[in-house]
Amino acid sequence: MANNQDLPKRASRSSKAAGEDLRVIGSSRQRVDVRGKVTGQTIYADDISLPRMAYCKILRSPHPHAVIRNIDVSRAQAHPGVYLVLTGKDLPIEYGILPVSQDETALCVDRVRHVGDPVAAVIAREELTAFEALDLIDVEYEILPTISDPEEALATPEPRLHDYGEEGNIHKRVSFEFGDVDKGFAEADEILEDLFFYQGSTHLAMEQHASVAIKDREGKLTLWTSTQVPHYLHRSLAKVLELPAGHIRVIATPNGGGFGGKSDPLNHEIIVCKAALLLGRPVKISLTREEVFYCHRGRHPVLMKFKVGVKKDGTIKALDLQTLIDGGGYGSFGVASTFYTGALQTTAYHVERFKFRACRTFTNKPPCGPKRGHGTPQPRFGQEVQMDKIAERLGIDPAELRLRTAVKPNELTANFLQLGTVGLEQCIRRVVDMSGWKDKFRKLPEGRGVGLACSCYLTGAGLSIYWNKMPHSGIQLKLDRSGGVTLQAGTTEIGQGSDDVLAAIVAEILGLQTVDIRVYSGDTDLGPVDLGSYSSRVTLMAGNAAVQAAERAKAMLAEAVAEKLQVPKERLRFADNAVFDTAAPEKRVTFPEAVCLGESRFGTIGTVGSYWPPKMPAAQYKGGGVGTSPTYTYSAAVAEVEVNPATGWIRVVKIWNTHDLGRALNPTIALGQVEGSIYMGLGEALMEEQEFRRLPKKLSHALVHKFPSILEYKSPTSLDMPEIFTEFVEGPDPRGPFGAKEVGQGPLLPIMPAVANAVYDAVGVRIDEVPITPEKILKALAEKRAGREPRYGPTHFPEISWPEALRVPPPWEGGDGRAINETPKERKPRVEKEAVLKP
Amino acid sequence: MMRLPLFEFRMPRTGEEVARILDGEGSNAMVLAGGTDLLPNMKRRQQVPRTLISLRHVEGLSGAQLDHGSARLGPCLTLTEIARDARFRNGCSALSQAASLVATPHIRNVATLGGNICLDTRCAYYDQNYEWRKAINFCKKKDGEICWVATGSPKCMAVSSTDTAPALIALGASVRLRSRSEERDIPLADLYNNDGMNYLTRRPNEILTEIRLGSLHGWKSTYWKLRRRGSFDFPVLSVAAAVRLSKGGVVEEARIVLGAVASRPLVATEAAKFLVGRPLDRESIEQAGTLTAKLAKPLDNTDFDMSWRKKVAAEFVNYALRELRGDDMRAQRLEVTRYLPDVNAD
Amino acid sequence: MTQTRLPAESEKTAHIRIALNGEEVDVSFAPYKTLLEILREDLGHTGTKHGCELGECGACAVILDGEPVLSCLVLALECDGRNVITIEGLASNGELHPIQEAFANLGGSQCGYCTPGMILTAKALLDRTPHPSHDQIREALSGNLCRCTGYLQIFDSVEAAIAQISERKRTGELK
Ligand SMILES: Cc1cc2nc3c(=O)[nH]c(=O)nc-3n(C[C@H](O)[C@H](O)[C@H](O)COP(=O)(O)OP(=O)(O)OC[C@H]3O[C@@H](n4cnc5c(N)ncnc54)[C@H](O)[C@@H]3O)c2cc1C
Ligand code: SF4
Ligand code: FES
Ligand code: FES
Repeated sequence: MANNQDLPKRASRSSKAAGEDLRVIGSSRQRVDVRGKVTGQTIYADDISLPRMAYCKILRSPHPHAVIRNIDVSRAQAHPGVYLVLTGKDLPIEYGILPVSQDETALCVDRVRHVGDPVAAVIAREELTAFEALDLIDVEYEILPTISDPEEALATPEPRLHDYGEEGNIHKRVSFEFGDVDKGFAEADEILEDLFFYQGSTHLAMEQHASVAIKDREGKLTLWTSTQVPHYLHRSLAKVLELPAGHIRVIATPNGGGFGGKSDPLNHEIIVCKAALLLGRPVKISLTREEVFYCHRGRHPVLMKFKVGVKKDGTIKALDLQTLIDGGGYGSFGVASTFYTGALQTTAYHVERFKFRACRTFTNKPPCGPKRGHGTPQPRFGQEVQMDKIAERLGIDPAELRLRTAVKPNELTANFLQLGTVGLEQCIRRVVDMSGWKDKFRKLPEGRGVGLACSCYLTGAGLSIYWNKMPHSGIQLKLDRSGGVTLQAGTTEIGQGSDDVLAAIVAEILGLQTVDIRVYSGDTDLGPVDLGSYSSRVTLMAGNAAVQAAERAKAMLAEAVAEKLQVPKERLRFADNAVFDTAAPEKRVTFPEAVCLGESRFGTIGTVGSYWPPKMPAAQYKGGGVGTSPTYTYSAAVAEVEVNPATGWIRVVKIWNTHDLGRALNPTIALGQVEGSIYMGLGEALMEEQEFRRLPKKLSHALVHKFPSILEYKSPTSLDMPEIFTEFVEGPDPRGPFGAKEVGQGPLLPIMPAVANAVYDAVGVRIDEVPITPEKILKALAEKRAGREPRYGPTHFPEISWPEALRVPPPWEGGDGRAINETPKERKPRVEKEAVLKP
Repeated sequence: MMRLPLFEFRMPRTGEEVARILDGEGSNAMVLAGGTDLLPNMKRRQQVPRTLISLRHVEGLSGAQLDHGSARLGPCLTLTEIARDARFRNGCSALSQAASLVATPHIRNVATLGGNICLDTRCAYYDQNYEWRKAINFCKKKDGEICWVATGSPKCMAVSSTDTAPALIALGASVRLRSRSEERDIPLADLYNNDGMNYLTRRPNEILTEIRLGSLHGWKSTYWKLRRRGSFDFPVLSVAAAVRLSKGGVVEEARIVLGAVASRPLVATEAAKFLVGRPLDRESIEQAGTLTAKLAKPLDNTDFDMSWRKKVAAEFVNYALRELRGDDMRAQRLEVTRYLPDVNAD
Repeated sequence: MTQTRLPAESEKTAHIRIALNGEEVDVSFAPYKTLLEILREDLGHTGTKHGCELGECGACAVILDGEPVLSCLVLALECDGRNVITIEGLASNGELHPIQEAFANLGGSQCGYCTPGMILTAKALLDRTPHPSHDQIREALSGNLCRCTGYLQIFDSVEAAIAQISERKRTGELK
């Protein structure tokens, strides 16, 4: 096994924490779950096959919006090989990921809200039989008018898609003002107003969702499924199936990619459970790619209006941001997403006063939700492109402008987010050096250009999705006389390497290798609760719980070994599968001996660890919990592009990026997370679109996904990847396990704006929306040639009737984190309804 | 998982047997070559043949004979075989390039030349799962009444998306069709109708048995393909061009063919005629580009904006002709294909 | 949907014999199935993955008669007498194949879902072209989508495997 090989040439680490003797943490090594993956042994949900297993297929709505008048399943039920047909009345209880939006049923009861909404399920001996029988179900629909985008939603209050939410088809509206922005604008030397549009996109994990459910031999329910959130799914199943949660076991199988697409409880998961309970035989569902597009929960399309006021030196006096969000047909994480379209606009650059208003609407499309970066890539794009415009207006280099305005470590932001370590300045300086920025910016020949952008992201959401005082992560360790260590966790391995990180932490503390640790994760029966693999929370939260559990076990062993070796326990070191006296290393016991000593002294050795995020007293205002995190990461990226002025054809040639991740626990995995994020960012920057098509209204009421296939949803291939150069900016953050912060989402965020800014450098046109396609570039070039504004992007932002803003004076204006216009009754923070959080 | 519908399966040994089965079954039967077009279509229930006739064991359909003056290609030659064969790379680079730019390496390993020539036309309203098509109440090409691309149109406008056909037409290819009762040779260009539904003049009881190329002595040819990504994607515009130049660089004969902008490959006769007797200088290239691009009438049923596809057509003709003139076009190749295609060389 | 009912789908009326990872196996299956389906459902070889079943992703790639192909687009009925290599057939005597080893060491596999197809495609490439250029690797893998890695660590892995394979061939460990 290669344990310490170097990173490839294209990657480097800018500083290693010196003076520490770490054996496992911080060095590149095989991840613990990799053997199964390279041999085909890893069992994903669809690989499970059980005796007598039946197959489920779902009949989905062909209509974007309709009332279900009647469903006749008799022909399907009579079809040879069909065991069961389910409809909405079999599963009428509503659920949803957020307590505030329990607006889904596993099968639609009386209303369908998008093409692909599930209407009935057939369970049969063969999958093909089930598929054929779908055509035998007769559904009578009464067609309703449809809404295809947020503006239409604002203009069409009736019929409402849901009878909850703000009003009409507005799902959620929020409005905040941190300091008097008008005063800020009055003090500014320059004011810029920009509109941006960020197209929706989907996760496109390579694994299509699959689930297998059985009624087990004790009569209880077990579900194997590709989910990122076994715990939240567990809760939803208990609710919808009306079973005691203790009688349900959810096993999150290793996910063949998640990216946020498997972090809602999903209808097919509930359906197979119901069917398995009714039939008393295993039931499997394996979604087609088209159906995965209908599950969606991907990136929200967002229209944004940024108004910023700056001083000549770049100081940001005031920022006024409005966002209009296309939510699709259901709530999903949408309330949290709504907050996230603004919450992190103060965490990269110091913003003196900040006004933020956001509005999420319902539309007749598959629901949007969390995708890598959840809600934040859209406003990040706007802010970073606007920074480029500000720099040009002020005649300051964009890198310099960012250095001047970058937030400082441990800063409390205008909206009362408590920052931790901040490596932004170093990220910018390093990326400028690496990319040769100073020799390239505004200096490359026509058609070639560079662009810079930065970003900030959470390391775990500060609040749970439902309000409770329990830990966010738990770890259980069992040490065996043989020296074997079993780690049980509720975390889900979605490819990000969470099993490896947990094993590494425990191995490091106990002086073992990762192969010595057996990890059982994602099983609600075996492991303590972990909230899930979302919001980049696992390394920090479950990691800290693992530190605690391992330290507790270590303390027990140390005490027993100290007694045996007759040395003070403080002098003992756990390393190389042994415990020894640092003063006299020959005084030692092997690790298995240490466990036996411990077991003799204390009985069976089992420990637990828990993690609660630090209390965040700062933000006391309603909604202030969204955006809080134990600590934040920073990234900077430079993109170099080539644009053909005759065709608009764009090619990204190189990306340089730096990421402040605290510490790389396994640099190989960390690099993979960075490069994977950049990959996904490039997809969004250049080609990925979750687009819909409405047929001519006179002839049809169809409103369909434009092309729900993996061929026409364009994900870059191996030939579309540019060269990438990465540097980790390391500076351990005391809040993270061994100083680690997040690395799986942050590096995506600067890519789209860096590309947009590079296009401007290359050919002098602004593409104020993603994806940045050749068509748009060519149109903008035509505008430029015609002497008009050299730009492609949205041209207006609709009037929205905003509620009165919650006014919260920022810390430097004497604010205490409370809103001055919030009534005391409303001020009660974090009741269940407000406890919304994020992937 | 997407499943095939049920079908009856036949695995004949001779062309005669194929012809006999086709004669009996008519349009209920379809020929299965590599299956990379037909099988996905069957899974999506766009094509639901009752009988599949596998060509896998039919004698005499593979292989390529290249003599000095001409070439005879079997329809079951795979695209990988063509792309790897140095004889094609030199003699008819347009075909070699087109074959190497189809789909993905895996698909080219089984996809055949005959299948590529007979490839079903494509459309964003048609190449969809059964459930999706149900949501638009289907379309004229399969199970429906209306053409959603042009609602007033009496015919289907699905797009000819084959890469090799434009190249082969530029190379002057003809094809041999065989039925139980007859064998006929027609210019490849005549195999196509500009009709998305009846896109082939092949009769239901005919099978394609041979592709023939005449003497290519003195000809140079090239193929340029536009698609979003470096791999996977069908062409949304392509230009195949072939010229015979005099020693002094004057065009003696030329053929320019546009792919993926109509229901058939479009032969740019006027542009080709214009070039004859002229050197490939900037002006003549530009004029040929304009004349060719005029033919392109892309519709909104593929990837990319249709007006943009039309706009870049002239530019692509320009690339092709400049390459034939001898310009170093590697930078442009790299830009559109993301790699330099000689990597197929062993 | 117009569909004439032909042989009942649950009936395993078709039979073929294939050489699966070097072993002759007989398999009976429902005749509409593709190679992908019989491998996973009738032969218990679930290492072969699927992400679309339409030829659009590469997850189902296996080596058929020496060439990487998409098992979702090959009729099982057409595989009689042919040679199939799946991911299960690469390691020998418990030892990982150098390509597997390199993927494991160098971050070539994250969620692992594209990995079997990637590794088999890489193997077919190296069998045919033992010393491919970087561009040849990029091109050969261009029919395998990966949503996790951004491909670069996959290229690293293939490049590292090239050296390992030569070395193991030199020492006679690998044929
Ligand atoms: C993801 C994906 C991407 C693709 N990208 C491209 C692309 O970029 N460019 C492109 O051109 N194609 C592309 N294709 C389509 C297809 O792979 C190729 O066109 C291929 O060459 C078809 O050949 P085949 O042998 O697989 O055809 P088959 O599927 O076997 O047959 C195709 C059609 O031709 C008929 N046919 C086949 N052989 C004969 C014969 N001898 N006589 C009469 N009729 C015959 C069949 O009945 C059928 O109607 C793509 C396919 C997929 C799945
Ligand atoms: S062009 Fe019209 S008729 Fe033809 S496939 Fe497309 S929508 Fe259908
Ligand atoms: S499963 Fe996607 S190509 Fe075969
Ligand atoms: S490793 Fe997840 S798709 Fe490639």
